[in-house]
Amino acid sequence: MSDPQAAPGGAPSPAQLAQQTRAKAPVSVTGAQSLVLSLEAMEVDTVFGIPGGAILPAYDPLLDSVQVRHILVRHEQGAGHAAEGYAAATGKVGVCMATSGPGATNLVTAIADAHMDSVPMVAVTGQVNSAAIGSDAFQEADIRGITMPITKHNYLVTKAEDIPRVIAEAFHIASTGRPGPVLVDISKDALQARTTFAWPPRIDLPGYRPVTRPHAKQIREAARLIAAAERPIFYIGGGVIRAAASAELRRFVELTQIPVVTTLMARGAFPDSHPLHLGMPGMHGSVSAVTGLQKSDLIICIGARFDDRVTGQLSTFAPEATVIHADIDPAEISKNRHADVPIVGDCKAVLADLADAVDADMEAGHVGDYTAWRERVAGWKSSFPLGWTDPPPSEATLAPQYVLQRLGAIAGPQATYVAGVGQHQMWAAQFVEYERPNQWLNSGGLGTMGYAVPAAMGAKVAEPERVVWAIDGDGCFQMTNQELATCVINNIPIKVAVINNSSLGMVRQWQTLFYNERYSNTDLHTSHKGERIPDFVMLAEAYGCVGLRCERPEDVDATIHQAMGINDRPVVIDFVVHRDAMVWPMVPAGVSNDLIQVAKDTAPQWDREESDASEHDTDADHDGIPSGSHRRHEGEGY
Amino acid sequence: MSKHTLSVLVENKPGVLARIAALFSRRGFNIESLAVGETEHPEISRMTVVVDVEDNPLEQVTKQLNKLVEVLKVVELESGSAVQRQVMLIKVRADAATRSQVLEMVQMFRAKVVDVATESLTIEATGNSDKLRALLEVLDPYGVKELVQSGLVAIGRGPRSITDRALRGS
Repeated sequence: MSDPQAAPGGAPSPAQLAQQTRAKAPVSVTGAQSLVLSLEAMEVDTVFGIPGGAILPAYDPLLDSVQVRHILVRHEQGAGHAAEGYAAATGKVGVCMATSGPGATNLVTAIADAHMDSVPMVAVTGQVNSAAIGSDAFQEADIRGITMPITKHNYLVTKAEDIPRVIAEAFHIASTGRPGPVLVDISKDALQARTTFAWPPRIDLPGYRPVTRPHAKQIREAARLIAAAERPIFYIGGGVIRAAASAELRRFVELTQIPVVTTLMARGAFPDSHPLHLGMPGMHGSVSAVTGLQKSDLIICIGARFDDRVTGQLSTFAPEATVIHADIDPAEISKNRHADVPIVGDCKAVLADLADAVDADMEAGHVGDYTAWRERVAGWKSSFPLGWTDPPPSEATLAPQYVLQRLGAIAGPQATYVAGVGQHQMWAAQFVEYERPNQWLNSGGLGTMGYAVPAAMGAKVAEPERVVWAIDGDGCFQMTNQELATCVINNIPIKVAVINNSSLGMVRQWQTLFYNERYSNTDLHTSHKGERIPDFVMLAEAYGCVGLRCERPEDVDATIHQAMGINDRPVVIDFVVHRDAMVWPMVPAGVSNDLIQVAKDTAPQWDREESDASEHDTDADHDGIPSGSHRRHEGEGY
Repeated sequence: MSKHTLSVLVENKPGVLARIAALFSRRGFNIESLAVGETEHPEISRMTVVVDVEDNPLEQVTKQLNKLVEVLKVVELESGSAVQRQVMLIKVRADAATRSQVLEMVQMFRAKVVDVATESLTIEATGNSDKLRALLEVLDPYGVKELVQSGLVAIGRGPRSITDRALRGS
């Protein structure tokens, strides 16, 4: 994300500052006014928040700001996720605001989420008077201490004169290097005090120097390995999305003709429709993506972090692969898997430099030949497509996978899809086709249930012209659906597809597979056996949204089209789906990715020819296991 | 596991110590010794941290420290190329019968007696951890009543200064 033209020392260059901000002559103001003026100078157009005692002074000048639109949410967690959605949809810094104590602690989940998924965000919180700090005053919480491990950086401001500098630094830190959340806690007396506001302030961050330009020697070494490899694969992570490097990635892939996998955080970084795209790797990845990584001899990892959900059992992950690992955060490199060629730099610059280096090598006659490998992975891709089994007709419910496939087909790649966490998230990642970066927003690292509705709201505010679909589960939806009120009142017409299986579906899936079908505390009573507690259609209507229900496959298209036609208020569709549907493929937690299953107790049936062709016969353990048709899995799992 | 001594130069601001201590505990590293103080530049503090880790986790903790905005520089000081010192105050049992023997130990270790009572002596000793451990061993038979020690501080040998280099932003 960092601008390669940034001056050394981490501070933005004067040209950057002039571009980003408007210089302001000194004026005498309150700390609160200074805060609002600083936000305006940072070109903030939207703040999501809730006022309260300690932050009250800031809300008074906010009422007068013509530039900053404050959107009053119903819960601070919603403000945080909305800021995340705003940021993830656009790459701009999202801003949320809350009061001291419980207001601030309610932001914590969203801040932790932004930290795990590298979302640029600034959270402004009120704090009790500086004289009262440490006295257990009313609504006092040490939010700076609480958020230390989950922010990129945070501040406690007790002097009004520090406000412009701290706000400028917070935005700079949040948006450069590896992006992340920055919290600015301001005591009430600092907001009330008189001060002088001048812009731009002097940024003083001697310890903050993100490296954005990759080292030329490492780039040359990576290019050499790429030319020498026989079975290379691109392992693309969310860093490519945050760095807005999709165009550079595409150029590089097309130049080298190396197959690509995109992680959950990188869905859309490379078009799903591209023939070299193998899909998503990991616990619920496609057979071709998981196996492509396992069998590769060179992994070119760009902006990913070898998360346990991708690698499975780390010691058996891609055992024959040499690793090129590029990331803007040096601490990610060799954290989990040793990198043979570490490259520290912005993904955009890394991909551009790598493509140039490989291009030069090719002209000099060093061209890698991956034809046999490409054919092999293409075989896996066509033999093991994603699929599902329809629920038995007696169930009178929908296959959730079908709903998501139709939703993606009808709403198309120009819409934005924002998922909660669980089975519906995995199906949304698998069955919606992603063609552009920022088309897919979700909570990847932290896995925050309740992300979808408020984040969709933030994304819609950031890009009002786009159709924004929240894809939520019945469990997730009940955590943050109060933000539908915010959407209705502020004319933010998001669409919500509730994939309602009347249970905490992913937990239920694990209970089915690993806990002898003992369903401890996963039944939510939202659609099964005639119970609807609550009735999501009535709930939607109570908020002033349009509520629709869909229970039959033949109604899916019409219901989605109906929702697509409503643009004056939010729409909620209650898709009643089969509760025994499971997410496949699956690699059980903690085992080798070689043990991927395409349905319950069903390993992919590898062709004898493919097995014989594999150079080390590592496929032997895949032989002889019966399985049904690949396109629609047989077996107990749907 | 092996011991490593890290010198961490940080901005002298409130909350920095908490941030660094929390980072060690969050990432599962045990701090064996910690000393903090201002440097010759009042705006810079220096922490000397002794950790017990393997090389690979050490690299990770160094990288994580470097990610903190208020951290200016992290340097590992190898024991061979650095001077390391720790201060220890020991209250040891010493009556008329044993006092002279204890004083002999004190002299042998070039320690100092800083307080005397009828039943005890308080000894101040400075040195590296090996020397202090040896002193404790010889005092132990007399009865150590109370012991307090500072964190280890360390500085590289030779003319080069890591603070200067940190200020230059290298």
